[in-house]
Amino acid sequence: MIRIQSEALAIEPVLAALEDDAPAIGAVCSFTGLARDLGDQSGVQSLFLEHYPGMTETAIQAVVDEADRRWTIHRTEIVHRVGEIRAGERIVFVGVSSRHRQDAFEACQFIMDYLKTRAPFWKKEITAAGNSDWVEQKASDREAARRWADSDGL
Amino acid sequence: MAESSIAIRFFASLRERLGISEEQLPADGITCVRDIREQLQKRGDEWAELLDDDCVLMAVNQAMAREETPVNPGDEVAFFPPVTGG
Repeated sequence: MIRIQSEALAIEPVLAALEDDAPAIGAVCSFTGLARDLGDQSGVQSLFLEHYPGMTETAIQAVVDEADRRWTIHRTEIVHRVGEIRAGERIVFVGVSSRHRQDAFEACQFIMDYLKTRAPFWKKEITAAGNSDWVEQKASDREAARRWADSDGL
Repeated sequence: MAESSIAIRFFASLRERLGISEEQLPADGITCVRDIREQLQKRGDEWAELLDDDCVLMAVNQAMAREETPVNPGDEVAFFPPVTGG
């Protein structure tokens, strides 16, 4: 399931939902992204996440479908926050269940890497001093996504 | 009205710097995304410069698009900077 929400991100119910499929599954792998106080600027107090409603869900679903073609995965749970997020709070959660751990590990990393370069979200940093600036896309993020394409010879 | 126009949307830094989030553009003479981009760039230096950036991404009906992607009346076309979610 894919959820875009402005409220706080509780991971316990999402993890419980993934484990609900046991004993048909043998592995749950998850990633939780947190808002840091150091980004392009230091002293970041909060982030503002803008997105493109509708396209966001479609773009993430396309990434999940691609993961489903590459690995044997049972279920995915993706939650992304939008709006104002204070430093230290959760921004994103990606959870994958599978029969085997290797599929769960790799699919989870793949979904996160592709989400960062394909889903239409934009982050603005707001510092304690009142500066507010849009975050630049990182070359390292583009590289992380490209690695998966290279590994398949695409 | 909706049938003869194209909905244009801008996001994030582009939305802020252009000072507009969405508008309706008459569909006359528009066949692809490039036509819209060129028409918008005639509005002034700021528009010309911001939309000239190779990093600007485009979407037609909420799917990633290129300059040559066809556009029809009633479509939704969006322009935005590289994404930074997660």
